[in-house]
Amino acid sequence: MASLTFKGGIHPYDGKDLSKDKPIREVLPKGDLVYPVSQHIGAPATPIVKKGDHVLCGQKIAEASGFVSSPVYATVSGFVKAVEPRRVVTGDSVMSIVIENDDKYEEVEYPPAIDINKASREEIIERIKEAGIVGMGGAGFPTFIKLSPKEPDKIDYVIVNCAECEPYLTSDYRRMLEEPEKLINGLKVSLRLFPKAQGILAVEDNKKDCVDILKKLTKDETRISVKTLKTKYPQGAERQLVFATTGRQINCSMLPADVGCVVNNVDTVVAIYHAIFEGKPLMERIVTVTGDAIKNPCNFKVRIGTNYHELIEEAGGFRVKPEKIVSGGPMMGFGIFDLDVPTTKTASALLALSKDDVSAAQETACIKCGRCSEVCPGRVLPNKLMMAAIHDDEETFLKLNGMECCECGCCSFVCPAKKPLTQTIKSMRKMQLAKKKK
Amino acid sequence: MADLLKVSSNPHVRSKVTTESIMFLVIIALLPACGFGIYNFGIRALFVVLVTVVSAVFTEFLFGLYKRKQTIGDLSAIVTGLLLAMNLPVSIPYWAAAMGSVFAILVVKCLFGGLGQNFMNPALGGRCFLLISFPALMTNFVTDAYTGATPLAALKAGEEVNLLDMVIGRTAGTIGETSTVAILIGACILLLFGIIDLKIPGTYLVTFVLFVGIFGGHGFDLPYLTAQLCGGGLMLGAFFMATDYVTRPITVGGQYLFGAFLGIMTGIFRVFGAGAEGVSYAIILGNLLVPLMEKVTIPKAFGRGGKSHAK
Repeated sequence: MASLTFKGGIHPYDGKDLSKDKPIREVLPKGDLVYPVSQHIGAPATPIVKKGDHVLCGQKIAEASGFVSSPVYATVSGFVKAVEPRRVVTGDSVMSIVIENDDKYEEVEYPPAIDINKASREEIIERIKEAGIVGMGGAGFPTFIKLSPKEPDKIDYVIVNCAECEPYLTSDYRRMLEEPEKLINGLKVSLRLFPKAQGILAVEDNKKDCVDILKKLTKDETRISVKTLKTKYPQGAERQLVFATTGRQINCSMLPADVGCVVNNVDTVVAIYHAIFEGKPLMERIVTVTGDAIKNPCNFKVRIGTNYHELIEEAGGFRVKPEKIVSGGPMMGFGIFDLDVPTTKTASALLALSKDDVSAAQETACIKCGRCSEVCPGRVLPNKLMMAAIHDDEETFLKLNGMECCECGCCSFVCPAKKPLTQTIKSMRKMQLAKKKK
Repeated sequence: MADLLKVSSNPHVRSKVTTESIMFLVIIALLPACGFGIYNFGIRALFVVLVTVVSAVFTEFLFGLYKRKQTIGDLSAIVTGLLLAMNLPVSIPYWAAAMGSVFAILVVKCLFGGLGQNFMNPALGGRCFLLISFPALMTNFVTDAYTGATPLAALKAGEEVNLLDMVIGRTAGTIGETSTVAILIGACILLLFGIIDLKIPGTYLVTFVLFVGIFGGHGFDLPYLTAQLCGGGLMLGAFFMATDYVTRPITVGGQYLFGAFLGIMTGIFRVFGAGAEGVSYAIILGNLLVPLMEKVTIPKAFGRGGKSHAK
């Protein structure tokens, strides 16, 4: 069967060879751990510890405040050193809880495993909510909300996003290779919540070994199938993934649930597994530390809150002086100006590049070559949207479906004139969204 | 604080393709046809090419001095100069060739805001300027090598034409338009490197063949249609000038519309007109309608009812 895909997209240098054969290695934090209260979309969590408190590994330190919110847990034992604003990857200062690690890793007593065949729907969702699980692919949308749509019976597909289309990232790949059972059992939890749904593990065809393993493990599962996707960026973008696997289309005003789909990322599904079967809240994630400026690119199992400096050190430090460091992948990650920030729930990679393409690029005039619209998965005309945004022409921007941009970055990547298309359109979208809220 | 890292909005990587690299490939792709023109018409053709290219680049350089922003590095002036020379008869006086270049670069391109802002193809603008100003110089195809009429003129007069000569390019005509083979070699280079695709040239040629087949008075007579396809500036126009990024629609639907419009207009000029510049005028007219064509073919966004089939 031919690999599934969508129209548009790009094939950037993928750099996955740097780290794909490095088994996941656990990194224990050495210095202080920092837990921003806002690692998700929605209201920031409220700290429930204060300076001087002693906390245990797995103890809740900040509580969800509001419906769209998510709690935060300590990932080491030690004393709370401060509750103060700290800088995060986006460059903002966010209220954070700082914990001094006592290196003892004393744990709280975790709640017992849930038997998903006996437990009620509400019980399962409550556990996932309490575990502080959010979309770990980057967006950070609280997972329990995704899992509780108005009409659970109308969900036809539960899709696990195993595409990992971002260049350089291998964290999901290693997870699938090393812990495929956790992934499959985590998916079974979601399938339990949606009795009529089929489970789909959607993997890009550059990860044949994962496809084989997952196929072998699911060959007796009637409700789970493995689908191969064409390797192309942004194959793992939610709308493109839903389209490739089911043929259903979503626009910017819709959620996957509107077309009967629920999409979760690999690490998120594994986090669900930990919460349900081991009683553990979300405390760790896999982070790929890679890039041509890193001495030994690696895949680490990292406790949330660990400082980025420590991850770079664990990877042997820098081979050459990096010009740019990105938290996340090169297409949608955040460029950071300083390494002194903590690992959060949504940080899938730390990428250090010896050369920065962006600052090296010379901007020239747009020659209307049309490459941007050719690659745009949202089927809009980025160059026209950029002009509208520059002229602050709201009407044209909206008429040309500017809000359908998913900020994937394909247009900026291909542009021969090196125009900051994504950035300009993104800013205009943010302004429009802010206006709507008012 | 000296060791701060560079930051920017996503994405953090860029493709290697630049405006210069595109223009460079176009120049390479133009060389076979240009080289054949020099072989076919003799050394004077080379001098015409040099005159147009040098005057085009020099005009852009002077304008750059005035604007205090130099843009000759993008190589687009070389492309314009080359294309203009290929659209001129070899007998053109050097001063006229230079004038065409100056008009193309200064009036058609720079005064409208430079590369990317011109509303018509600069080389064709230059050619049409010369055609209107000096019609006799521009249609003098009598050279040492060829004393007869161009194949299209012969065809119109009802004479027999040698198809093989037309395909190879051993005929009278402008410097770069005669050899279908050389132009197609260049077109293949552009297609292989993904600089152009077949949407515009394909629609253009198919529409043209259909139009001439229906209205040409010869029906779908294969030798006649082949002669029409290989004659005049059609091949050069379809692959190198109708596909000019700046002056063609950016929308997919618009590109089909543009190609079809060019095919019909070229057909009208060829079948019902008397001039030798059907392709040039068709493309220029098409250029002027681009904003309109784009407006009616704005694509439907993903998830907004537009069809986008998975490949």
